[in-house]
Amino acid sequence: MADVETTPVKLARKDFMSDQEVRWCPGCGDYGILQAAQMTLAELGAKAEDQVFISGIGCAARFPYYMNVYGLHGIHGRAPAIATGVAVARPDLHVWVIGGDGDMFSIGGNHTIHALRRNVDLNVLMLNNQIYGLTKGQYSPTSELGKISKSTPFGSVDTPFNPISVALGAEATFVARTHDMDRNHMMAMFKRAYEHRGSAFVEVYQNCNVFNDGAFEGITAKDKRSSMLIPLEHGKPIRFGVDAEQGVMLNEYGEAKVVDIADVGEDRLLVHDETRADPTVAFALSRLSTGPSMPTPMGVFRAVERPHYGQMVQQQLMEASEAGPGDLRRLIESAPVWEINAN
Amino acid sequence: MSTDTSPRRDIEVLEAVVIRFAGDSGDGMQLTGDRFTDVSAEFGNDLATAPDYPAEIRAPAGTVGGVSAFQVHISDHEILTPGDAPAVLVAMNPAALRANLRDVITGGTLIVNADNFSERDLHKAGYTSNPLDDGSLVGYRVIEIPMTSLTIEASKHTGVKPRDAERSKNFFALGLVFWMYTRPVDPVVSWIEKRFAKNPMVKEANVSAFKAGLNFGETTELFDHPYEIRPAKLPAGRYRNVNGNTALSYGLVAAGQLAKLPIFLGSYPITPASDILHELSKHKNFGVRTLQAEDEIAGIAAAIGASFAGQLGVTTTSGPGVDLKSEAMGLAISLELPLIVIDIQRGGPSTGLPTKTEQSDLLLAMYGRHGEAPLPIVASKTPSDCFETAIEAVRLALKYRTPVILLSDGYIANGAEPWRMPDLDALPDISVPFTTEPNRPDGVFWPFLRDEETLARPWAIPGTPGLMHRIGGIEKEDGTGNISYDTDNHDKMSRLRAAKIANIANDIPGVEHDEDGGTDLLVLGWGSTWGVAREAIRRVRVRGRQVSHAHLRHLNPFPADLGDVLRRYRTVLIPEMNLGQLVKLIRAEYLVDAQSVTKIKGIPFRTYEIEQAIVDALEALDARGA
Ligand code: SF4
Repeated sequence: MADVETTPVKLARKDFMSDQEVRWCPGCGDYGILQAAQMTLAELGAKAEDQVFISGIGCAARFPYYMNVYGLHGIHGRAPAIATGVAVARPDLHVWVIGGDGDMFSIGGNHTIHALRRNVDLNVLMLNNQIYGLTKGQYSPTSELGKISKSTPFGSVDTPFNPISVALGAEATFVARTHDMDRNHMMAMFKRAYEHRGSAFVEVYQNCNVFNDGAFEGITAKDKRSSMLIPLEHGKPIRFGVDAEQGVMLNEYGEAKVVDIADVGEDRLLVHDETRADPTVAFALSRLSTGPSMPTPMGVFRAVERPHYGQMVQQQLMEASEAGPGDLRRLIESAPVWEINAN
Repeated sequence: MSTDTSPRRDIEVLEAVVIRFAGDSGDGMQLTGDRFTDVSAEFGNDLATAPDYPAEIRAPAGTVGGVSAFQVHISDHEILTPGDAPAVLVAMNPAALRANLRDVITGGTLIVNADNFSERDLHKAGYTSNPLDDGSLVGYRVIEIPMTSLTIEASKHTGVKPRDAERSKNFFALGLVFWMYTRPVDPVVSWIEKRFAKNPMVKEANVSAFKAGLNFGETTELFDHPYEIRPAKLPAGRYRNVNGNTALSYGLVAAGQLAKLPIFLGSYPITPASDILHELSKHKNFGVRTLQAEDEIAGIAAAIGASFAGQLGVTTTSGPGVDLKSEAMGLAISLELPLIVIDIQRGGPSTGLPTKTEQSDLLLAMYGRHGEAPLPIVASKTPSDCFETAIEAVRLALKYRTPVILLSDGYIANGAEPWRMPDLDALPDISVPFTTEPNRPDGVFWPFLRDEETLARPWAIPGTPGLMHRIGGIEKEDGTGNISYDTDNHDKMSRLRAAKIANIANDIPGVEHDEDGGTDLLVLGWGSTWGVAREAIRRVRVRGRQVSHAHLRHLNPFPADLGDVLRRYRTVLIPEMNLGQLVKLIRAEYLVDAQSVTKIKGIPFRTYEIEQAIVDALEALDARGA
């Protein structure tokens, strides 16, 4: 687990707010996510100077400018790669990567999966609004099939990514989902990500009220949550519903299915274990919903320990230096050397 | 068997010789050439080498596409090129003969492995008749030796199976050439013993083959006498043999030490740059971190991240990778962070000629980014010069907080020469301090408040209390670094970024200029054409004609005195392995009527080509009159 710093001074949200005016569209889900991140860091008593926020391009990528931390607003899609450089160079820092679905799963998809498989010590927050906001409304790699958008007037014919499935397939050691309507849940997930050593991937359902308004309303609206969100709680049977009357079980093929508890009995419910070494069950859970129109799991899908990349790099550096630091003369004279004397 | 090479017959002393070893890519020709080179270097000859790798790694054995060659030029005086044309060609099969014959000097010696000239071998090489007996080699001295069978015979006592024994035939060839040029034998024997210590049978077979080659030269009547090339009178100092990519890697390690910063290399494998990644990955005891990234873009992006975090970010690549890194270079220019981008140029466009050399990325380095995005460019001129160029690139990157492009090419990357190693204690301190305190009277930190002299911005790294700041690729307000879409501010920032780079002209040496050749003609070069230009000028001067020479290590900005130098000459001649790139920059910048000599064949200029161009230019001047 992490070396969580504690400071004697109690921090407040404002300690993590920069002096820049926040410029997302009024009503954008990003405001709530920003607030949750600032409050999480304050609650953790994190040192602002040890937080590094790296982003690519997109609405979400403006995030670092609003945080009173070290920040780098990079180029489209490359945030996970830039962050990898920061994290490998400086394992003492807490490195956050913030981006949207287009940034991280389209142009930067390659970097996202490779950062996850390497288990670089990053906290990756993927703000998924299922649309391109900054470029004003084209469908994204997480938009549902048939999406009508500026670039798909007849509906998109692309099958979307399921980001949780992709992250699990990419060997991520921590995978979670939360949404912008529930600050406490967001804060709990961000805190878990912060404490996890290695790549922590958090998908945040985020409403883009200008280009894709209400995309998640069917599951995140207050009156929908109990019937449409499936809370994942470690060590507990997975159940949900207004009267907790529904649950999740694995069928004979290992597929996760929503069932009425009355039909199958309590004992058949899947007890959630986020620490399973094998990601198969976590993957099955990620397939419960193909989009925010069906009951959707929220919470931590997977949290396992594996040495992180920066740590292993550091280990090799230490081992290589056991015999003392490098000697430049010995290095350049590591081939046959001959001397030519004057005259 | 005897390893004694004391002369039995007269030895003829030569000033220099150019030898080319050629065979199938599985025949070990690079290794053979390396052994000959290392021993000659230690013996004290000056030398230069040029490996020629097959274009296709998996070309079928015995075909021209699979031929691998290694040329070495050794001499008793200072030399600057691997030689125009070999006097001796060792050809292990018909394909090697076919691919290399046209380069051999008239009357040159061809040593061929006669065992490999069966009808099938000839057919694979594309010969319709056997050149060894169809008269096509008249004019050469052809020495046919059944190297394979002699090698197998020689290693019989070792117990090695004939199929494995055959593999040692390159050592037979090496032994023979060692006898011909009276090279010291012991270093090779001990090298084999060390290299193959784990496999005693192979070791024995190689030593036996090597000695068999030596003895073959000694006892047969094929050669009238051996030759000798005496040690060269090189400047006093400690020497080793080095190729460009190794020298460049060492230069980066040294620069990290001089800058007191860990090196972080983010790189994706690409020919001919991968050897730098290989070399640097060995030196973790110097704090060097290497990341083999998922692609070219991730390589540079991670390097930028490392620089932001306070290390020295480096990325290494070749032309296609530079294309991919362009956007990230623009980001580093906008962020004003130190970064080293190393381009080992190869034939382009697209995949082009990956294993062949070219100098065609100069304009890419200069202009290959959107927006006004200038950065410093330096180029290495010889393999050993890569060491110093790397340090210079790092010095500029750190002092001016800018990405710097270092241009090398396939020819110097893989070519080797004796390197008079520098006095390490005399290398400059190139470290720059991190900013640790607020830089405004009100106790605030502005990430874009520039140093008045260098125009560099402060470098404050994460972890520093009180200096938290955000930077990005969006245009920034001068000083505060806050996002700014103000048009006047953009104009100001664009000019400031350009001025910062242009000012570097005052922080670099004047043009390297040999003005002993009058003011009629100046040969102006950059990068790896240095050696061949120098040699050509020397020959022209020997013929009694006047010509001067200037060479550019810094290609952006140019040295401050370059305009003055150029204007002293009636004509400026610029040789380049491209279709004329430096010449465009020079004409645009200085309005001088520079002439171009170009070659784009994937191989370096031959000395006579530049010599001829100089002579033609001088004659044109003569015709014009004084
Ligand atoms: S376009 Fe959408 S995602 Fe972007 S700021 Fe506006 S509401 Fe938010």
